[in-house]
Amino acid sequence: MLKLFELIVAASLVNNFVFTRYLGLCIFMGVTKKMETALGMSMTFTAVMVISAAINWVAYNFVMEPYHLEFLKILVFVAIIAGFVQSADTIMRKVSPGLYYKLGIYLALIITNCIILAVPLTIAESHYNFIQSLVFGLGSGLGFALALIIMASIREKLELADVPRPFQGLPIAFILTGLIALAFVGFSGLITL
Amino acid sequence: MSAAQKISYFGLIRNGIFGENPVFRVALSLCPAVAVTNTLKSGLLMGVAVFFVQVMANISISIVRKLIHARIRLPAYILIIGTWVTVANLLLAAYEWPIYKEIGLYVELIVAFAIILSRAELFASKNEVVPSLFDGLGMGLGFMFALGAISFVRELLGNGALMGYHVVNTHPVLLFALPMGGFFAVGLLMGFFNWIDIRFFGGHGASGAGH
Repeated sequence: MLKLFELIVAASLVNNFVFTRYLGLCIFMGVTKKMETALGMSMTFTAVMVISAAINWVAYNFVMEPYHLEFLKILVFVAIIAGFVQSADTIMRKVSPGLYYKLGIYLALIITNCIILAVPLTIAESHYNFIQSLVFGLGSGLGFALALIIMASIREKLELADVPRPFQGLPIAFILTGLIALAFVGFSGLITL
Repeated sequence: MSAAQKISYFGLIRNGIFGENPVFRVALSLCPAVAVTNTLKSGLLMGVAVFFVQVMANISISIVRKLIHARIRLPAYILIIGTWVTVANLLLAAYEWPIYKEIGLYVELIVAFAIILSRAELFASKNEVVPSLFDGLGMGLGFMFALGAISFVRELLGNGALMGYHVVNTHPVLLFALPMGGFFAVGLLMGFFNWIDIRFFGGHGASGAGH
């Protein structure tokens, strides 16, 4: 049990995908202009991450490893995620239009996101068992949500700041992210798995 | 006719490198620009991998574009891109193992690059094979240029070296050598290119639409 808690902390803080592994930056920069979109994205993201970790774990351990198809893992993971997200999109539109109206746009963005794909790749490489994979997916999702919320709240304040014109928009956001990433170095060594 | 076409091909390549540079102007596919640019060699190798995938994906999607039903086109494009990424991944693992160990995860994740899919959707799915080839060449070169510029700055300022060889003998700027130095390097370079654009070409600077 303690091991699983450690895994959550490790995945969300120590190895935070945005600040220590530098992944998912397109979406990170794209949706953090407003707190509302950041919150919607982080909820959708965490849910998709846990479910895709589960499906991909099953596919990897029961189909790909027995038949020695590991070299196809990129293709298989991408196909599973794209199919799953596409069907979630269709089902949500029929079953709950309200939720679709709020979160549908984020679902479309998720297909081309590196973190969503990095989670099953990392799981396959680290040989986690099923429960560990779920927990790793959850921890990564929470870590990404934390990153989005920190960044969105800073960027809302930044709207009022007097930034030199060439640095407005993305350049200053990058420098900010670098500063937060420096702070996240403080978490390294907190947990050694 | 050939003169007009030559200009437009050249225009496509220039568009990829300057007008719509994947990293500095369109601001898609930012992760490798931060993560694998600590040395010039790994930055350029990553650029070559992306160049290869972009060109091959553009060609193959342009060839099969009429066979794919519009509703399933995105998953189909991603599978085509994924195939070429697997090829690039296995090739790099076979021939450049020491560097592949560091950048392997990012090479695998080329499949999720928004820039490649967006070129497939915006250009290759609507154009003949040859223009798509040149569009891919331009975008790939633009990406290579961006990664080369960032890693050049980072290795020179952070380690005083280029391609692993010691060049200048000054005090290294730790800020660029640290793993998260990529954020600062990208931010500063992006601001620098915006400044050039505003100061000398009267542009607005890329506000950066993000995704």
